[in-house]
Amino acid sequence: MSKTPKDRRYAKTHEWVMKLDDGTVAIGISDHAQATLGDLVFVETPAAGRELKAGESCAVVESVKAASDVYAPIAGEVTEVNGKLVDQPELLNQDPYGEGWLWKMKPAVADDLGKLLDAAAYTSSIAES
Amino acid sequence: MPFIPHTEADIREMLDVIGAPSTEALFDEIPEALRCKGLQHVPERLSEMEVARLMRGRAAQDGTLLNFCGAGAYEHHIPAAVWEITTRGEFYTAYTPYQAEASQGTLQLLYEYQSMMCALTGMDVSNASMYDGASALAEALLMAVRVNSSNGPKRVLMPASVHPFYRSTVEAITAAQGIELVPLAFDPQQGRSLASALQVHEGDEFTAVVIQQPNFFGVLEESDMLTDWAHARGALVVAVVNPLSLALLKPPGEWGNEGAGIVCGDGQPLGVPLSSGGPYFGFLTCRQKFVRQMPGRIVGCTVDLDGKPGYTLTLQAREQHIRRSKATSNICTNQGLLVTAATIHMALLGPQGLERAAAQSVANTQTLVERLSALPGVTPVFTGDRFHEAVLKLPRPVNEVLAALAEHGILGGYDLTRHYPQLGAALLVCATETRTHGDIEHYAVTLAHIL
Repeated sequence: MSKTPKDRRYAKTHEWVMKLDDGTVAIGISDHAQATLGDLVFVETPAAGRELKAGESCAVVESVKAASDVYAPIAGEVTEVNGKLVDQPELLNQDPYGEGWLWKMKPAVADDLGKLLDAAAYTSSIAES
Repeated sequence: MPFIPHTEADIREMLDVIGAPSTEALFDEIPEALRCKGLQHVPERLSEMEVARLMRGRAAQDGTLLNFCGAGAYEHHIPAAVWEITTRGEFYTAYTPYQAEASQGTLQLLYEYQSMMCALTGMDVSNASMYDGASALAEALLMAVRVNSSNGPKRVLMPASVHPFYRSTVEAITAAQGIELVPLAFDPQQGRSLASALQVHEGDEFTAVVIQQPNFFGVLEESDMLTDWAHARGALVVAVVNPLSLALLKPPGEWGNEGAGIVCGDGQPLGVPLSSGGPYFGFLTCRQKFVRQMPGRIVGCTVDLDGKPGYTLTLQAREQHIRRSKATSNICTNQGLLVTAATIHMALLGPQGLERAAAQSVANTQTLVERLSALPGVTPVFTGDRFHEAVLKLPRPVNEVLAALAEHGILGGYDLTRHYPQLGAALLVCATETRTHGDIEHYAVTLAHIL
């Protein structure tokens, strides 16, 4: 059974978004997503400064058996990317909600997270699929 | 495995299962305007007898002339062992087998090939080859745009001294992808791109700068200067090289302060015969940091469960069968047989053998230029240092001279008039290590007679 912490919101496409104290948000992929992909060997993140639209394909996670796009769950500007993933893509498998974060962004609309799923809704969405 | 086509009944059954009325209906989503309505320029079919007669006629024209023509494809000595080994049953196949469990020999050979190309070009990674040099350049530029799209609009500085066929192939492949090719003029005296010509482009942003070394005229470009100029402006350097020349010249990985980022070219000089224009093979090598954007197949070395070395395709998430429409390229195969020949050729000659073939070609071309320039009205066009080709100015139209030489059994070179009318009656000549002093003397005497 995969973990789905309640302190953040989720997109149906398996990204999570968590509000940070400085007004930015951190983005990653869910435990369910990393488990489904298998051992990750490469992660490509968007460049800092890039403006993303909600739903835009902006990152790639590559495992030994598949390469998947990661979509921006909300619109905003990329402020920071997780540089550790270049040499340690396995962080995404080991700690998807912590060390394995993908990028941080400044939301274009302050409270855009409301449109996303809460933990319970995400859990039931992956149960259905 | 026999080839068994589907019968009408098979097709009907499959269509019924998926609920499609006809095979044609499966292509409904392709708009009418994009459909191919017959191939106008392809003639009616010929019978086997007619084809055999036609091909015998063509074959009889092949390889009978004493060859002084290069222009991208070169007659070099190929040891008899190269194709004897290449065409053995273990290697000779209509298709390159990639299954690791069944094809360790082929995969190891491709891995050796990649290692040799990395050593020659000074790069970290090579793919398992491309179709030819011209399409390899186009793929290298598409790759450069993916790697370096942050450096302004998709613009590539393309010297006019790059092979004209390569430039038109690149144009054909990249134009639809919104890539702008900006020409860079060559110096009419030296026959290469000078720093002064770059001043026009000062302040312009480029995704990549192409440097062909030696260039189409056989002249050596100032690759260090051009590389540093490109890097100072955030542009990636894409090198186009003759692999044989690398036995003598500095590898592109060492050009300027940082070296080229991507290297490509045609592998024909490495053991592939001139057979009416092909098939040849292209090569593509790059820096490790660009490997995720590299097109084509890559063979990697690993260890199996018992710790023994093994070979397998790697980094396949770049490719069509995994990434679909987001793949780096539609190239999903390689020129396996020709690469087999090239690998055996390089292994047989070794670094010393390649160096001797290259040095002898340079020396023979020098002798040819000196001998032909002694004739009245024949002069070298460019003063720049050269590899194994040179441009000569003739006192008569080149096509007439070449036709007359052909009547005497000599292929006198490549007519540049069509591509570079500003050079006048200019002929591109080449004398590889296969030409003797007697051959060169024969050419000079015959040319003197014709002029």
